[in-house]
Amino acid sequence: MSLDDQNRRNKRVKWALAGFAVGMIALSFGIVPLYKIFCQVTGYGGTTQQAIAMPDQVFDREVQIRFNSDVAEDLPWTFRPSQKEVRLNVGESGLAFYRAVNHSDKSVTGMAIYNVTPLKAGQYFTKVDCFCFTEQVLEAGQEVDMPVTFFIDPEFMDDPDMEDVQTITLSYTFYNQSDEDEAEISALITND
Amino acid sequence: MSHEATADAHHDDHTPKGFRRWMFSTNHKDIGTLYLIFAIAAGLVGGGMSILMRMELQSPGLQFFTDPHLFNVMITGHGLVMVFFMVMPALIGGFGNWFLPIMIGAPDMAFPRMNNVSFWLMPPALLLLVSSIFIGDGVGTGWTAYAPLSTTGTDSLSMTLAIFSLHLAGTSSILGAINFITTILNMRAPGMTLHKMPLFVWSVLVTAFLLLLAMPVFAGALTMLLTDSNFGTSFFSAEGGGDPVLYQHLFWFFGHPEVYILILPGFGIVSEIISTFSKKPIFGYLGMAYAMVAIGVVGFVVWAHHMYTVGMTLDSQIYFTAATLVIAVPTGIKIFSWIATMWGGSLTFKTPMLFALGMIVLFTMGGVTGVVLANGGVDQTMHDTYYVVAHFHYTMSMGAMFSIFAGFYYWFGKMSGYQYNETLGKLHFWIVFIGVNLIFLPQHFLGLAGMPRRIVDYPDAYAGWNELSSYGAYLSFFGAILFIFIIVQAFIVKKKVGNNQWGEGATTLEWTLTSPPPFHQFNELPHIK
Repeated sequence: MSLDDQNRRNKRVKWALAGFAVGMIALSFGIVPLYKIFCQVTGYGGTTQQAIAMPDQVFDREVQIRFNSDVAEDLPWTFRPSQKEVRLNVGESGLAFYRAVNHSDKSVTGMAIYNVTPLKAGQYFTKVDCFCFTEQVLEAGQEVDMPVTFFIDPEFMDDPDMEDVQTITLSYTFYNQSDEDEAEISALITND
Repeated sequence: MSHEATADAHHDDHTPKGFRRWMFSTNHKDIGTLYLIFAIAAGLVGGGMSILMRMELQSPGLQFFTDPHLFNVMITGHGLVMVFFMVMPALIGGFGNWFLPIMIGAPDMAFPRMNNVSFWLMPPALLLLVSSIFIGDGVGTGWTAYAPLSTTGTDSLSMTLAIFSLHLAGTSSILGAINFITTILNMRAPGMTLHKMPLFVWSVLVTAFLLLLAMPVFAGALTMLLTDSNFGTSFFSAEGGGDPVLYQHLFWFFGHPEVYILILPGFGIVSEIISTFSKKPIFGYLGMAYAMVAIGVVGFVVWAHHMYTVGMTLDSQIYFTAATLVIAVPTGIKIFSWIATMWGGSLTFKTPMLFALGMIVLFTMGGVTGVVLANGGVDQTMHDTYYVVAHFHYTMSMGAMFSIFAGFYYWFGKMSGYQYNETLGKLHFWIVFIGVNLIFLPQHFLGLAGMPRRIVDYPDAYAGWNELSSYGAYLSFFGAILFIFIIVQAFIVKKKVGNNQWGEGATTLEWTLTSPPPFHQFNELPHIK
C-alpha cells in the first residue's frame, strides 16, 4: 500500500470519528428538550400533569394533600398556603389557596415552579387550573389569593407503586421574573 | 513475533534537537515522554493538594483551612488534576503514545501533528485550572461541578476558567482518541490482526471509543453550565424551567465511562506484565479482550447509580442496580484470567510484577465495595460518605496508580535505556502499598460510621481513624518522593539495559527493538506470524 493510500484511508477514518464526536455534542444538547418531554409524560421528578376536565369517577380512597411554599431570595414577597392540608378521595376535585403579598414599593413579576413528593406520584397528580401556569404580577403592596384546582387521576388506583402513598405534598417555589433593566425603565417612565 | 528491527538509516531521518524536538515534536515516543513528564508534575500538584487536605483532617477542628471554602477548592483541584492531568495523560497519552504504535508494528501514530496538538493543549489546560484557584475565589464545587452550586453558588470567574480548562483537556482527549483509533484500525503491521493485538492495545482501543462517545457529552454539559451562569440561559435553573438533575444525568453519562477510561489502560498494562513475569501467554486472551469491550459497553448504561438519592423511581433504581452488578462479571473474568495466567507459571517478582499484583489485590477490594455501593437500597445511606471515597480510591488511586507505576517500571528500561534500581523499586512498592492502605482502609470505617465527604471538619468521634489516614498520606507522599529519586538515580548511574531485559516472557514487539528504540522504528514493517 502506498503512503498516499494510507493517508487517504486514515483521513476517512478521522472524519468519521470526528463526526461521531460532533454527533455526541449535538446529542447532549438534543437531550435537553427530550428530557423535558420525558418528565412531562412520565411525571419523572414529581412533574405534575395537566387536564381540562375533571374525571367522572370518584373512588373511596382518601389521600392527604399537604402544601409547601418557598420564595426565591431576590423576590420581595411572602407566599404561604392558606390551608395546611386537604383530604380528598381519588378522582375528587380539590381546591386550595395560597396567599401572596408583595412587600416592595414596585410592581414585581413572579413565576412559580412546582412539583410533588413523593416524586413517583407526579404522574397522577393532575391540575385543572393553577396560578403556576402563568406569570403573576403583583403591584406594590398588593395581596392576592392564588387558587389551584386539582385531582388525583383515577389510574392511581391501578398502580401497585401507589399503594403506600397516603400523603402527597404539593410544593411551589416563586422566582423573580422581573427584568431588572425593564423595571428600571418603567420606574423612569412613571417618575416623569 | 520474531523480527529484527534495524535503526533507520533513511536520508530524511533527521533528529531535531532541543526546543524544536520537544515543542514541535511529531514523534510518538517524544510526545509520550512529554505526557509522562507532564503527568508526574501534575501528580505532584494533585498529591500535594491531598496532603494539605489530610493535614487539615488529621485532627478535628480547623487547622490550616480557616476559610472552609478553600478546603472545597482543594477537593475540586485534587479531583480534576488527578483525573484529567495525571491518570489520563500517564496511561493514555504517555504509555499509549509510547507503546501502542510499537506494539502493532507501526512507524508512528496515524496523525503525528494532531498528536502534537493533543499534548500541547494540556499544559494550558492545567494552567487555566490552577489559575482558577488564584483568580476569583476558586471553584468549590468538587470535580462534578453540580448545578445549581456551580452556576449560582460559586465564583463565576473561577468556574469559567475551570470550564475552559476542561474544554481544552476534553478537546485534547477527543483528538487523541481519534488518533489512537485510526492508528489501530489502519496502521497495523502485516499479519497483526485485531485478535493478535496485545491486550494493552485492545485496552487503549476500547478507552479511545469511550472517550469519543463520553467526552463530547461532558463538553456539552460544561457549555450549558457556562451559558447558564454567564448568558442567562436556564438549562439547569429551575426558575427558567430547567432542571438541575439534568446536569447530573449529563455529567454521569460522561462520568461513569470516564472512570473506565481511567482504569482500562491499566488493565491492559497489568495483562502484559502478568504474562511477562509468569513466562506464559495470557490466559483466555479473547475473553480478556472482549471483557474490556463489555465493560466499555455496559459502562454507558449504568450512570445513574451515582445519583440514587435524587429521587428516582423504584423501577429506575432496580434497573441501575442490576445493570451495575452486571459489570462485576467481565471484571471478574479479568481478575480470574490474571490469576489463571500466573497459575503454574514461572513467576519472578520484579518491581513491575509487584505493582501489578498489588493492583489486582487492591482493585478487587475496590470492586467488592463497588458491588456493595451498586445497590440502590444500601447506597441511600452510604451516598456521599467516606465509604464512597474509600471505594473509588481503591479502584483509582490504587488500581489506576499502581498500574501506572507498574507500567513505568516495566517500560522504564525500554524508554530510557537505563536500569532503575531494583531494590529501591521494591522499597517504593512496599512504602506505597502500606501507605495507601493506611490512608483508605480506615476511611471505610469512617464512612460506615457516617462521616460525610467533602467537609473540612468532623465530630471528635471520627478523630482516631482520621489521624491514621493522614499518617498513611504522609507515608505515600514519601513514596512519591522516593519515586522521583529512583528516576533521577537511574539517569545518573546510567546502567544500560539490553533489548529485552525481562527475558522470554516479554513477547510484544517493543522488546525486539533497541533500548531506547531508534527515533524512527519499523522502517521495514515487521511481519507477524
